[in-house]
Amino acid sequence: MITLLHQAFIQNAFLAGTIIGIVSAIVGYFVVLRAQSFAAESLTDIGFAGATGAALLGVSSLLGMIIFTLIAAFSMGALGKRLQGRDIEVGMILSFALGLGVLFLHLYTSSSTEAIGVLFGSILSVTGFDVLLTLIFGIVILCILAFLYRPLLFSSIDPEVAQARGVPVSLLSIVFMLLLAVTIAEAIQVVGILLIFALLIAPAAAAQHITKKPSSAILISVVLSLFFTWGGLLLALFGQFPVSFYIATLASLTYFISITWGHRFFPHTYHAPLHAPKHIEQKSTLHE
Amino acid sequence: MITLLLYPFVQNAFLAGTLVAVIAAFVGYFLLARGLTFAGHALSQMGFAGAAGALVLGIDPVFGLLFFTVTSGIAIGYLGKQLRERDITIGILMVFVLGLGSLFLSLYNGYAQRAYSILFGTILGITRFDVLITCLFCLITFTALLVMYRPLLFSSFDPEVAQARGVPVRLLAILFLILVAITVSVAVQVVGVLLIFTLLVGPPATAIRIVHSPSRAILLAIILGVLYTWLGIFFALTSTIPVSFYIAALSFGIYVPIRLYTNQYGKRGKK
Repeated sequence: MITLLHQAFIQNAFLAGTIIGIVSAIVGYFVVLRAQSFAAESLTDIGFAGATGAALLGVSSLLGMIIFTLIAAFSMGALGKRLQGRDIEVGMILSFALGLGVLFLHLYTSSSTEAIGVLFGSILSVTGFDVLLTLIFGIVILCILAFLYRPLLFSSIDPEVAQARGVPVSLLSIVFMLLLAVTIAEAIQVVGILLIFALLIAPAAAAQHITKKPSSAILISVVLSLFFTWGGLLLALFGQFPVSFYIATLASLTYFISITWGHRFFPHTYHAPLHAPKHIEQKSTLHE
Repeated sequence: MITLLLYPFVQNAFLAGTLVAVIAAFVGYFLLARGLTFAGHALSQMGFAGAAGALVLGIDPVFGLLFFTVTSGIAIGYLGKQLRERDITIGILMVFVLGLGSLFLSLYNGYAQRAYSILFGTILGITRFDVLITCLFCLITFTALLVMYRPLLFSSFDPEVAQARGVPVRLLAILFLILVAITVSVAVQVVGVLLIFTLLVGPPATAIRIVHSPSRAILLAIILGVLYTWLGIFFALTSTIPVSFYIAALSFGIYVPIRLYTNQYGKRGKK
């Protein structure tokens, strides 16, 4: 175990995992708050197209992902105020991105094993250069988030009031989508495109069931996220199954436990886990 | 082209593709009406775990797919009520199931090619047996949708009023997700897990922009879906690129201009 930790690739994996765990847990908190999980999912699939496209051109796949997701995030942020009720548009973009990803992947890989690496993540093959990129982008994201913390929180919880108070809601929305894009591009390295929710959504969603207060929810989210990443890596070092399996299982079990826990210990304070406006309940907007 | 059609595997591909396109468009219309696009996406990805599990056990992937997607469909139907919470619950359920998928994949020591074909679809590997199974499940789904048509439409557009009128909204929601699950499972062999979503969402999303009554929208969606699939299979036969890319590109390429055009139109009409 100790000797394993001296291996460069294990150190890289732990470093990258830690940075990504912290960043994605904090960004994920706002994703859950703003109910943008579907947008996050499609950014992920766009990242897939970017990664495979970059591999095709022989560029670093992390850079490819960051560029692709940034472009997509900018257009999505500019497109809809908060992307709610835009499921169909997001879905169409998502499926086209997946199609492109499939094309690039087909052109690039002759071996199916590589394709599966992109889909399920390959943290153990993260290079020192990737760690450096991850660290730089992680610090940038955290600084911007710290700077925008109050207005972003305000506009996420109550966009109308925030707008009335002069908070630049649509600008914040675009900036946030850009942050989300970079976060996703980074997190894909650890868990792959299929399991992105394990790091992005699960810790934040679980934290929101445990506490209502934003600052402590973010803290719990970070702790949980590090627990999933480190736990997954350690278990994978000892066991013989892939890292992504352990991370996914830890994350989803924690979320489902937190739902029950939230119900049991806060039966009276618990209404809805999120500040859902009434008007976006399950009602169809088709044929409008 | 004509000589190509004489090969049995090409016939199988076209038969299975047509059947899948028809029910995918039909189911997809309701998927959009109910705002369940994300659930459709998640269910198809969860199918991968089922297929991988079936490979490990050495049985036909369709059965693994059916088992996993139907179970997940029922779970989604039970778990999520509210829209916001629902997407998160579905997403995390998806993470759990896909985690299992990656486990199965690592346990499976056979040809990676088979896992690859589940992800991306193989039109060339469809057997007569697959066509028969597809036909059987498509018939079941189609009949069920016809039987449920009116109450399902009612509960999709106005769940509260439907509930008040005595329509079993909850039961319908779960039954509908089971139908989605079946559709996803039979569609995998043609378009692969990653892009079933295209067949489910693409045709109806375009159709509702063009016509307004539900029955016409469904009809148009079916026509579009079959068209995309035929063209996709045709292009795929003449090259080596997976059929799913062609279908995705076609449906996106047709959707975008229509979406942009009707958006302006709609705005002018409203204000």
